[in-house]
Amino acid sequence: MALKIEKDAVSGTDTTGHEWDGLRELNTPLPLWWLYTWYACIAFAAVWVVLYPALPISGATGLLGYTARGALPAQLAAENAAREPMRARIRAATPEAIAADPTLRAFAVAGGRIAFANNCAACHGAGGQGATGGYPSLADDDWLWGGELADIHTTITHGIRNQDSEEARLSAMPVFGSGILTTAQIRDVTEHVLSLTQRATDPAAATRGAAVFTENCASCHGENGAGNPQFGAPNLSDQIWLHGRERAQIMAYITAPRMGVMPAFSGRLDPAMINMLTVYVHTLGGGR
Amino acid sequence: MPSRSEMTYVEAPIRAFAVATMFWGVVGFLMGVLIASQLAWPLLNLDLPWTSFGRLRPVHTSAVIFAFGGNALLCTSLYIVQRTCRARLFGGNDMGWFLFWGYQFFIVSAALGYVLGVTQGKEYAEPEWYVDLWLTLVWVAYLVAFAGTIVKREEPHIYVANWFFLAFIITVAMLHIVNNLALPVGDGSSHSYGLAAGVQNAMIQWWYGHNAVGFFLTAGFLGMMYYFIPKQANRPVYSYRLSIVHFWSLIFLYIWAGPHHLFYTALPDWAQTLGMVFSVMLWMPSWGGMINGIMTLSGAWDKLRTDPGLRFSVTAVGFYGMSTFEGPVMSIRAVNALSHYTDWTIGHVHSGAMGWVGFITFGALYWLFPVLWKKKGLYSTRLADWHFWIATLGIVLYITAMWVSGIMQGLMWRAYDENGFLQYSFIETVAAMHPYYVIRWLGGVLYLSGALIMAFNLYKTVTQVEGSQPAAAPANALAAE
Repeated sequence: MALKIEKDAVSGTDTTGHEWDGLRELNTPLPLWWLYTWYACIAFAAVWVVLYPALPISGATGLLGYTARGALPAQLAAENAAREPMRARIRAATPEAIAADPTLRAFAVAGGRIAFANNCAACHGAGGQGATGGYPSLADDDWLWGGELADIHTTITHGIRNQDSEEARLSAMPVFGSGILTTAQIRDVTEHVLSLTQRATDPAAATRGAAVFTENCASCHGENGAGNPQFGAPNLSDQIWLHGRERAQIMAYITAPRMGVMPAFSGRLDPAMINMLTVYVHTLGGGR
Repeated sequence: MPSRSEMTYVEAPIRAFAVATMFWGVVGFLMGVLIASQLAWPLLNLDLPWTSFGRLRPVHTSAVIFAFGGNALLCTSLYIVQRTCRARLFGGNDMGWFLFWGYQFFIVSAALGYVLGVTQGKEYAEPEWYVDLWLTLVWVAYLVAFAGTIVKREEPHIYVANWFFLAFIITVAMLHIVNNLALPVGDGSSHSYGLAAGVQNAMIQWWYGHNAVGFFLTAGFLGMMYYFIPKQANRPVYSYRLSIVHFWSLIFLYIWAGPHHLFYTALPDWAQTLGMVFSVMLWMPSWGGMINGIMTLSGAWDKLRTDPGLRFSVTAVGFYGMSTFEGPVMSIRAVNALSHYTDWTIGHVHSGAMGWVGFITFGALYWLFPVLWKKKGLYSTRLADWHFWIATLGIVLYITAMWVSGIMQGLMWRAYDENGFLQYSFIETVAAMHPYYVIRWLGGVLYLSGALIMAFNLYKTVTQVEGSQPAAAPANALAAE
């Protein structure tokens, strides 16, 4: 088919002479700014390929000798070198010594805050306020396993009832509903536990429950229910309830307790960071 | 041009594809609004596996890319190839209907799998082996129909739109097959295990993923652009030479750029470098399409005031130019160190998907509906105007929110305090992004509202009673069935 080249009236450019369904094309040359920008991109690419590794050959790292694997240790070393003086002091000191020294303490609280946010907040809440379902608040002065710096340090290092550490804190409340106590006895002892916070409504049951409590519960929770941090046994005579304060919740827990687990951080965080975390948690509001 | 009035084009399946494009567009945008609201208000996950973000997100991406975009490409490519080749579709009406129902079946079975938790877990390649096999069959039929029509063409030359469509169809077939090589885990199992593992698997996945963008969402839609913009503007294409150079450079360079999705990973350094430099070299070839689209309007700029369809098409080319500049910038390793894994990537994708793919499709549909249904014109250009401004505002809200959110997120992740500790925890960065998630959701609501206005307008266009002469039909139109 013969080409029918026409001159476009608007641009003054020739068409290519082809036509499809009424569509035609102008034979405009490539825009020069476009062409030269493209050449510049290609030149940039050529230079980059010479400077950086661009060949699938071992050891072909380019003129700059860059490798991602090689750059990382250098960056880490530089970061670590900048922080090492303070970290060395923190590592060598006890949590008590850190807390007593204003400089160390400020440093530890800054580092502990971010370590807490990235490691602890998922269970204990962003402000250490805890969460329902057995995640204790770290911002009050009620401590299951002790609230002194040394206690907190041990808990963070080894954790609670985990498989990670042989020195994990251990204790287990019996499943009283599995034949140890009758339902009636559990109801009575629940009434007694409620009476510790002046909430009992059936004095006769509470009295019967007191005897059950002495025989089954007092060895860990104490005769008057004040708890014992040696066994992680909570205080039953205050207003703080890890698994719910209502009668039905207390009864359910005595029947079949749910024992909380916390991982050991000894293998996850270095000793200096655990020291900082200890001091930070202690400052959350309830440290003893 | 000799006209062969006895010849008829295949049109009924193309009308069905046009309706499906509109339908899946609304579904896809609705899913987007839903998952955007889940990100802003996590309670809306409803604590059910089938309604969780993780399962609905691929429903959104597949609905928009493969259902909306795919139907738009099938619709326009089959329409264009017949007219620019002056040849009836190879395989005729039966082929058209097989492609239509075969493709809809692929979409529905893929989406059902996602909701029920049947997925390969590969982004944009989530469908499992049995869906992949079906799509392969449909896609090969598509290639046969398209290439067959080109082979029996009556025109001496192949129009530029068809180069792009053919490159798109062939390359997507290759990408789809290689990235989905897998064996079912057992007899009768709907799950499969991929052939490649580790970093090889990652590289194949992003070779696929990036070229899904390059060939499905770019080359295919450029084919659409090369037909509808000259049609709407009634002007010749700006530069034939530019179209040749940018076509070949685009398809040659795009295929190498995938490694830029894998910076700072186990992927070898040399592959990362190549991914970056090929992305940088890709900038001008991408812009070749933008120049040809916009400069074709020389002498017809006034039509922008009167033709909302053309306004969509030209704005689409503008967004195309913006995101194909942003892409090479983000592919520079040092920039990617900040942008990767942040919302910036989401914003980048959406300026391309909503601005380029969405708008070029809207422009094509506003042109095609009156032509396909033999109407004088749209039911209402005023409603199309409203659609344009509401959707544009939606995109602007969406992408600016994601720019701010993404750059903020990247900077917060890398911020250190004066003691050398991280300044922010992860959850603090999430909390900081919340307002932008709400703005993004609002942008999505506006975009969806625009699409609903369009659906109403197109429905009224089809059902309105008027004379039977097509208004926008080309002067040398052939008789259509």
